[in-house]
Amino acid sequence: MKRVRFWGTRGSLPVALTAPALRARLVAAVQGARGRALASDADVDAYVDGLGFDVAGTFGGHTSCVEIETGGPDYVLCDLGSGVRPFGQAALAKHGVAAPQTYHVFMSHVHWDHIMGLPFFVPAYIPRNRIVIYGGHEELEFALRRQMEPPSFPVPFGTFRADIEFVRLAPGVRHNVAGMTVTTLLQRHAGDSYGYRFEKDGRTVVYTTDSEHTLAGPEEMQAFVEFFRGADLVVFDAMYSLADAISVKADWGHSSNIVGVELCQLARAAHLCLFHHEPASDDAAIARLLEDTRRLEEITRDGPPLRISAAYDGLDIVL
Amino acid sequence: MEITHRAYADVVVVAPAGRLDHTVAEDFERSLLPLLDPAAGSGAGVVLDFARVEYISSVGLRVLLIAGKAARARGARIAVATLRPVVQEIFAISRFNGVVEMFPTVAAAVAAISPAAGAAYAAAKAPGS
Repeated sequence: MKRVRFWGTRGSLPVALTAPALRARLVAAVQGARGRALASDADVDAYVDGLGFDVAGTFGGHTSCVEIETGGPDYVLCDLGSGVRPFGQAALAKHGVAAPQTYHVFMSHVHWDHIMGLPFFVPAYIPRNRIVIYGGHEELEFALRRQMEPPSFPVPFGTFRADIEFVRLAPGVRHNVAGMTVTTLLQRHAGDSYGYRFEKDGRTVVYTTDSEHTLAGPEEMQAFVEFFRGADLVVFDAMYSLADAISVKADWGHSSNIVGVELCQLARAAHLCLFHHEPASDDAAIARLLEDTRRLEEITRDGPPLRISAAYDGLDIVL
Repeated sequence: MEITHRAYADVVVVAPAGRLDHTVAEDFERSLLPLLDPAAGSGAGVVLDFARVEYISSVGLRVLLIAGKAARARGARIAVATLRPVVQEIFAISRFNGVVEMFPTVAAAVAAISPAAGAAYAAAKAPGS
């Protein structure tokens, strides 16, 4: 595996930067530039790169869709949130419609935010493309077809011209897909969700979203520690603060940055990527979350450093 | 895990020590919850003296949440005091500083929960007592 690319990182609902918020950033950036020598383009780039991500960037954006670049010819995706629309546009721009591609899609579950992008995934409408959709849910195909039925959507699933298959994966079994070894783990979420551990060429990526950790007993924690063991990257649902996740939002099916750090530290994972951001959080709040999480890792470190990132639409992580 | 406790009027001061992580959380819960029984002397509440707590993990914080709910259910209060800087940061990052009452000293926490217990604590700590 070579890299992981994030096309959709927001939980529950897509969000967009508003015009007033964008204007406020521009004002902040221009105010910060007063008195600076910005004569060359390189000076300007250096200044912009020095601004906080909550000023110079945005976390976005689309709902869950993560691409794993395996080094092989096939595409591998996790979830079909709204981020799969720009992914599909990029794939089409690269290959055109005449060169058929194979897309392997691993579904955490079938809640709306994780399936809403499929009707807008243009490669699905192109003959000779092959799409294999994997998941642990019995109703996986039903859910994807139903969202495209009237009166919810005007274009039925049957309009797709790609060859679309559904494959049910049993938890705890090692599956071979696209040259990878894939293992799934049943997670706590309304209607269940599944985490995925992908291994290839000595590299390991774990995708674990929409997963609540009750902290009620050592067995639950140990199962995740083993699932994360030695991973190069763990993409982790850090939607809520710990206090919210286990009190007012208990049973809402999500986790926190604190639990992500603890599990990764115990598993000796190398890199934790905070994912499935709360839609009510603005960029400044997510930037603070990232800063807090890095600080937590620093003050609780008991082994090699754990790298911490916060996912954003467009982020590439080289493995 | 090491944990000591002592009653001052109607407040019990509980003093755990070491790392409150997944390896001791169940012991911590088993030790703490019985002390919330008014029969243990905690009619007004419990103060956790964290002066000797080096670290608290999510499962340790969960025990405080459970204890807080149990205390509130019978009209009592639970507070933590004398947090080390690292533990204080963990409370802030986890947002538990909005869940559990925090005080800089045990004396302040005890007095806030019960004036009678505050007086008893002050008397017990007075020189020559």
